[in-house]
Amino acid sequence: MAIEVRIPTILRTYTGGAKQVEGKGSTLSELIDDIDSSHTGLKDRLIADGGLRRFVNVYLNDEDVRFLGGLETPVKDGDTVTVLPAVAGGAA
Amino acid sequence: MLSLSRELHDKIVAHARADHPDEACGVIAGPAGSDHPDRFIPMMNAERSPTFYRFDSMEQFQVWKEMDERDEEPIVIYHSHTATEAYPSRTDVSYASEPGAHYVLVSTRAPDRTDFRSYRIVDEVITEEPVEIADVE
Repeated sequence: MAIEVRIPTILRTYTGGAKQVEGKGSTLSELIDDIDSSHTGLKDRLIADGGLRRFVNVYLNDEDVRFLGGLETPVKDGDTVTVLPAVAGGAA
Repeated sequence: MLSLSRELHDKIVAHARADHPDEACGVIAGPAGSDHPDRFIPMMNAERSPTFYRFDSMEQFQVWKEMDERDEEPIVIYHSHTATEAYPSRTDVSYASEPGAHYVLVSTRAPDRTDFRSYRIVDEVITEEPVEIADVE
């Protein structure tokens, strides 16, 4: 099963500069564990306290996984998962 | 250094003034690797707050997808501070996720003047840079 995972600029230090990597799994959680096994440290940038980090956006094809099933979102061969760190900030 | 046209500078200032007292935010895209900002993309502040901003996740997805299709990247990421100075806060630094971008900060705290400054934020280090505004056709 190959699922394409698109990596944002700021996380490419974990992938040797690659803009995308391939992984497998039947849920987003399994997929993240799989890509972390070949790109150590990526999981920690995506997951905290058992859930997806608040200021990291993860999309399955064209949908934000927060509205699908979070880490339990089912994924399958041919899907594209995109990671985009949230753009945020403020005076506070 | 950040070089941008008078027109783009004025669009950022107008957006900040229009959304005051909420923080305004947006992107100026340009061809990948060019360091030349040319496409103004004001974004919705999903927080609608006077002290915090965040791009709506689906709007960000669409904009980033479109930039990718057009072989562009975010050259400028701008936002406004509505009661404090145009300098990156700790929050701005901790969420700065585009190491190649110029972070433009605008302050609308004074009614008769808008401060406009630009920074690089890389590995949590802030470096202010000069802003060159070009009057072009």
